[in-house]
Amino acid sequence: MSMAQQAEPAVTTPPAPGPKQTDGRTRERSVALRVLARPEVGVFLGAVAVFVFFLIAAPTLRDGGSMATVLYQSSTIGIMALPVALLMIGGEFDLSAGVAVVTSALTAGMLSYQLTMNVWMGVVVALVASLAVGAFNGWVLMKTGLPSFLVTLATFLVLQGVNLAVTKLVTGNVATDDISDMDGFDQAKALFASSFDVGGVEVKITVVWWLVFAALATWVLLRTKYGNWIFAVGGSQESARAVGVPVTFTKITLFMLVGFGAWFVGMHQLFSFNTVQSGEGVGQELIYIAAAVIGGCLLTGGYGSAIGPVFGAFMFGMVNQGIVFAGWNPDWFKAFLGVMLLGAVLINLYVRRAATRR
Amino acid sequence: MDRSSHARSRRFAPAVALAAAAALTLAGCSSSSGGKKADEESDAGASAGKANTPRMTVALVTHQAPGDTFWDIVRKGAQAAADKDNVKLVYSADPNAGNQANLVQNAIDQKVDGIAVTLAKPDALRSVLDKAEKAGIPVVGLNSGLADWKKLGLMEFFGQDESVAGEALGKRLNEDGAKKAVCVIHEQGNVGLTQRCDGVKKTFEGSIENLYVNGTDMPSVKSTVTAKLKQDGDIDHLITLGAPFAMTAVQSVDESGSKAKVATFDLNKELTGAIEKGDIEFAVDQQPYLQGYLAVDGLWLYKNNGNYSGGGEQPVLTGPAFVDKTNVKAVAEFASKGTR
Repeated sequence: MSMAQQAEPAVTTPPAPGPKQTDGRTRERSVALRVLARPEVGVFLGAVAVFVFFLIAAPTLRDGGSMATVLYQSSTIGIMALPVALLMIGGEFDLSAGVAVVTSALTAGMLSYQLTMNVWMGVVVALVASLAVGAFNGWVLMKTGLPSFLVTLATFLVLQGVNLAVTKLVTGNVATDDISDMDGFDQAKALFASSFDVGGVEVKITVVWWLVFAALATWVLLRTKYGNWIFAVGGSQESARAVGVPVTFTKITLFMLVGFGAWFVGMHQLFSFNTVQSGEGVGQELIYIAAAVIGGCLLTGGYGSAIGPVFGAFMFGMVNQGIVFAGWNPDWFKAFLGVMLLGAVLINLYVRRAATRR
Repeated sequence: MDRSSHARSRRFAPAVALAAAAALTLAGCSSSSGGKKADEESDAGASAGKANTPRMTVALVTHQAPGDTFWDIVRKGAQAAADKDNVKLVYSADPNAGNQANLVQNAIDQKVDGIAVTLAKPDALRSVLDKAEKAGIPVVGLNSGLADWKKLGLMEFFGQDESVAGEALGKRLNEDGAKKAVCVIHEQGNVGLTQRCDGVKKTFEGSIENLYVNGTDMPSVKSTVTAKLKQDGDIDHLITLGAPFAMTAVQSVDESGSKAKVATFDLNKELTGAIEKGDIEFAVDQQPYLQGYLAVDGLWLYKNNGNYSGGGEQPVLTGPAFVDKTNVKAVAEFASKGTR
């Protein structure tokens, strides 16, 4: 609601280490306040609050292995939440992101199985297909000027239908065949779905990828020209165009980044579960978007960070698993989830308001 | 501005061509194991000739959500009966009860010769089933609605009593010496799934609790089940309500270091392999293929010979049939064709 008006839609560039300001008012604004005004700080505090709460409520969570489970759940959401957040900062969002994950997994699984090919072949083709879906979204959007809600809703429905119909047509069933005994599977599994030992705790490789992608996205957003373009097209498309930002290029590539994320998560699902059911993925797009919004990205664009959604996804994973770890009555599961998320977002909002006041 | 992006897309063109060429080269990389080639020996589904009775049309309207392996098997059974009986099968499905009612209305409008319908939410279908009766179209029920089919004036019913199936599973757990079980529900609010867990609770002498997971997101299913196993180390049995979730639960057991055993409702081809290997203890099979097959065949028999399956009084039960290590070999062959 008033969130959009309250937050500063300013293009956030890294504070240049220039000469010290002499203006009294700016000196009054302490470092702490300036830190608090960052988009990710509210969600960071929210995540800490949720974390501490569950550490107290759920004793088993204090075990390292349990944390690994929470991080795993967070990472599968978080990897997608990153490009979704960048896209949102760029002023658009993508409803097809959830089923696009399954499309990618289905493509790779079916292609390798049906043609009895090395699974890497399927992985590569799936990447091309996922990027193409993203490019298509972006291209239609820019060509027609339709809102992204409409364009990606259409893609969402098309992909949902195609996932089912093509799978059925090709395999005769609605799930893909098991590819775990095929050439290349073990390598691909090592890359996308393995786990490793850290002091006796099994950590999923997706957690590492998640953090690597987050660091990469942060760097792109804050240190590159492309990052500035993202903020610019999200802030105001017209003024961005007027100052020479390649709007079409930026938006199409942002959608393609979402395609890349969908591919990555899709490959994780394929290589971790060996088969994919074609009806999966529906509804996940809202969770990705939620993680980005909780992470401080504005639905209206032009404001946000890449690290915020990391905490957003963590918070989601934390609440999701924390309820189970706490052993609460599962009938209330969804209600708990909603209340905790709203609470966390309110902390987020409060911190941002307090920090940007004056 | 547009010009620069056009220039860019032209610059992309060689890259795309390169990727395509690379893809074609890679096509040489065929897999030496697994894949379709390895499975190709298995032949097509069952076929039992064809009736020369007059052509009739049957509508099968279910509450299937898209892309669910279970319903695919029901439909295959229905199609097999339709092919054999010289029946034209019109299949439609919608998980939303109101939409399902509209689909039944659609079948009535088409003046089909028979309707087979699932009663996941019986009350929502009441009025439209009355209309079918008035139009003189015979209606049979299948899969869900065991408690309601007679009240709604249906002619026959083919399916499994979910709570009887649950009770059977509960007894089996007692035999296996289970003490503490968790029932994993992959769709919150689904009546049939809840009835299964309630059935288990009725006969199971140990303690049991339900766990809800997000069935459309496998990684989340996996981590939620893992979390539950870590939270309570005493859990010795996991019960899943669908085959794909059983496969995921096995991974969760591995990961959590728990010693819990996995048992499940429903089958598919991956699952039979897991039972053979001993990863999964047993499956309670309600024989979805049989449900679809018998529903269509029942309508054909009524039309051509005036027969009532179950005498029009009792449901025809298709489950619970247990599949475990002792009999999985016989079932696996059919499961690999996607019909069990």
